[in-house]
Amino acid sequence: MQRHLISAADLTRDDAVLILDTAEEMARVADRPIKKLPTLRGRTVVNLFFEDSTRTRISFEAAEKRLSADVINFTAKGSSVSKGESLKDTAQTLEAMGVDAVVIRHSASGAPYRLATSGWIDAAVVNAGDGTHQHPTQALLDAFTMRRRLVGRDAGLGKDLDGRRITLVGDILHSRVARSNVDLLHTLGAEVTLVAPPTLLPVGVETWPCEVSYDLDSTLPKSDAVMLLRVQRERMNAAFFPTEREYSRRYGLDGDRMAKMPDHAIVMHPGPMVRGMEITAEVADSDRCTVVEQVTNGVSIRMAVLYLLLGGNEPAVSHARPTEEK
Amino acid sequence: MSKTLIRGAKVLGGEPQDVLIDGAVVEAVGRNLSAEGAEVVEADGKVLLPGLVDLHTHLREPGREDSETVLTGTRAAASGGYTNVFAMANTFPVADTAGVVEQVWRLGQESGYCDVQPIGAVTVGLEGAKLAELGAMHESAAGVTVFSDDGKCVHDAVIMRRALEYVKAFGGVVAQHAQEPRLTEGAQMNEGVVSAELGLGGWPAVAEESIVARDVLLAEHVGSRVHICHLSTAGSVEIVRWAKSRGIDVTAEVTPHHLLLTDELVRSYDPVFKVNPPLRTERDVMALREALADGTIDIVATDHAPHPHEDKDCEWAAAAMGMVGLETALSVVQATMVDTGLLDWAGVADRMSFKPAQIGQATGHGRPVSAGEPANLTLVDAAYRGQVDPAGFASRSRNTPYEGRELPGRVTHTWLRGKATLVDGKLT
Ligand SMILES: [Zn+2]
Repeated sequence: MQRHLISAADLTRDDAVLILDTAEEMARVADRPIKKLPTLRGRTVVNLFFEDSTRTRISFEAAEKRLSADVINFTAKGSSVSKGESLKDTAQTLEAMGVDAVVIRHSASGAPYRLATSGWIDAAVVNAGDGTHQHPTQALLDAFTMRRRLVGRDAGLGKDLDGRRITLVGDILHSRVARSNVDLLHTLGAEVTLVAPPTLLPVGVETWPCEVSYDLDSTLPKSDAVMLLRVQRERMNAAFFPTEREYSRRYGLDGDRMAKMPDHAIVMHPGPMVRGMEITAEVADSDRCTVVEQVTNGVSIRMAVLYLLLGGNEPAVSHARPTEEK
Repeated sequence: MSKTLIRGAKVLGGEPQDVLIDGAVVEAVGRNLSAEGAEVVEADGKVLLPGLVDLHTHLREPGREDSETVLTGTRAAASGGYTNVFAMANTFPVADTAGVVEQVWRLGQESGYCDVQPIGAVTVGLEGAKLAELGAMHESAAGVTVFSDDGKCVHDAVIMRRALEYVKAFGGVVAQHAQEPRLTEGAQMNEGVVSAELGLGGWPAVAEESIVARDVLLAEHVGSRVHICHLSTAGSVEIVRWAKSRGIDVTAEVTPHHLLLTDELVRSYDPVFKVNPPLRTERDVMALREALADGTIDIVATDHAPHPHEDKDCEWAAAAMGMVGLETALSVVQATMVDTGLLDWAGVADRMSFKPAQIGQATGHGRPVSAGEPANLTLVDAAYRGQVDPAGFASRSRNTPYEGRELPGRVTHTWLRGKATLVDGKLT
């Protein structure tokens, strides 16, 4: 493992499988009556959020607390884009406080990379989502969810996603989730297809390690997992598509479309869902939809990442005892 | 007046000769000239060029003296071998009146390091809506002949047409920063494979090319001359080549950085590589070099754009666009054009002195190195190799993309009308 987690593209297959396997161990801890491990006791982790995301912050915070880390939440609203100095200033303040890891969410693509490479800070940097660039822990939790559902919880240990057919549908252009997933799923041996209207695909997508289609219906029967990405309504105003209704008619997943998927295939969504637009309530509430599991798995994955970045080479769980805290 | 004998200089890269400066003019060029009464500079096979002329410099004064002043900018110019720079109009206040252009012109006169020719804004406040008083700026002491809203594009086709027509009355030229604004909303870098991966907003080549195409057609229609700033794409080159073949009166410039750097560098997210127009692809770089060699692109212009440290020491999206260039331009041109065999030193003199002076109608600059001409000269040690160290820059700003990079060539001496402004690499 590297010292930071900035991009899913930085992970080798073995790194990724190690994280997934470690996350399975972490998930077992969650089934115990005492969910805490002493692994990161005395270590300080800062959740540095320049962009609102209660879901992601809570997930990281839960992971950090289960590993007994000291947690500081720092929310800098209003973003630093208008006042760039604040990222550096904030970083140096945190450095002076002696933090061991910074979990950063930022609206500017590349901000975590800058933080990790500019010499502003010594701590390990975990990217919790940057602009339209990367969101590696999301890709890891998605891969974890796929491996559990498509390969098996125990059967999956040590394995990747070789040959699984994964379809990502929606706003690829503006999606850090899509970029991270394409990178990671490719590394794990899956076959990825992106489905979107041409306006929501980036120029240059043809060089990505995946297939691209404009037609959802022909892709569904060949999918083991279909991941829907959130489409923001305001995209409509910039002429990315004509109307919400037309979008959902061409690219939304409803019950009829879900029926075209193989029986074992799952429906995923990174949340928050826009019901009625990219997904109907019927699909969202069906047992093929893994949205709730994804949230649970997010905590395990983030525990695994923090443990592997900060915990050194000791085994995560086998030597660890539940803490004395009652 | 004092005399200086430059002994054994390869004038425009030719056979070594002596050049005698008497006062402000070149007295003689030849072999074994008498050194009597003259201070001798041993050129020792260095290349002697006419003083360089930059048609595109941001001196930042008035308004952003924290990044550059006319004095620091002209010192940087002299360090880089320049004797004349054209100062862009996007200052605070904007150089859109006779008063502001005269102020910049006067500051240049006072600096003594390099002549400063102000460029006037095309539209009031660079807002693209209303023509500035172009005639008044031309008639002012600054004698403006080049007009540009650089930093912004004169995007309205009617305003551009009128500007092209209007300046014909006094032989002016409009220099266009070609950037279709709607196609570049939120643009952060070249749109392509790298931007797709990095998740940075794309600045597509077509946003430049569509304006270049429109403006050469407008120039043809109204029978005007148009100059295109900082060409950055292979497509723009093709359009300019086509326009020239059609007899359209168009000239174009390329910056040193677009001759050397590509958007691959943006992978570092280091804002020192953030510039407008953005760094493009290897294919574009090669097309630009070829076009500069064959004359499709007329000149090299630096687009020297100083920014204070804090405007670059931040995340990419928050950073300012632009890079300093006066002190590295000749080295980059040597690396990309001379050392590659695309251009000889006479070609460099043409692209960096004769032609820019001609386009900007600079008097006394861009003249041949021969008897009776103004002694605006620059001496280059072409054999030198060294790493770029911004700590040694004369510019007030350090935002160079070349820090630590090895580049060939070094300007050792610059003379402005016979007065040395740079001696042995040190400003006087
Ligand atoms: Zn410009």
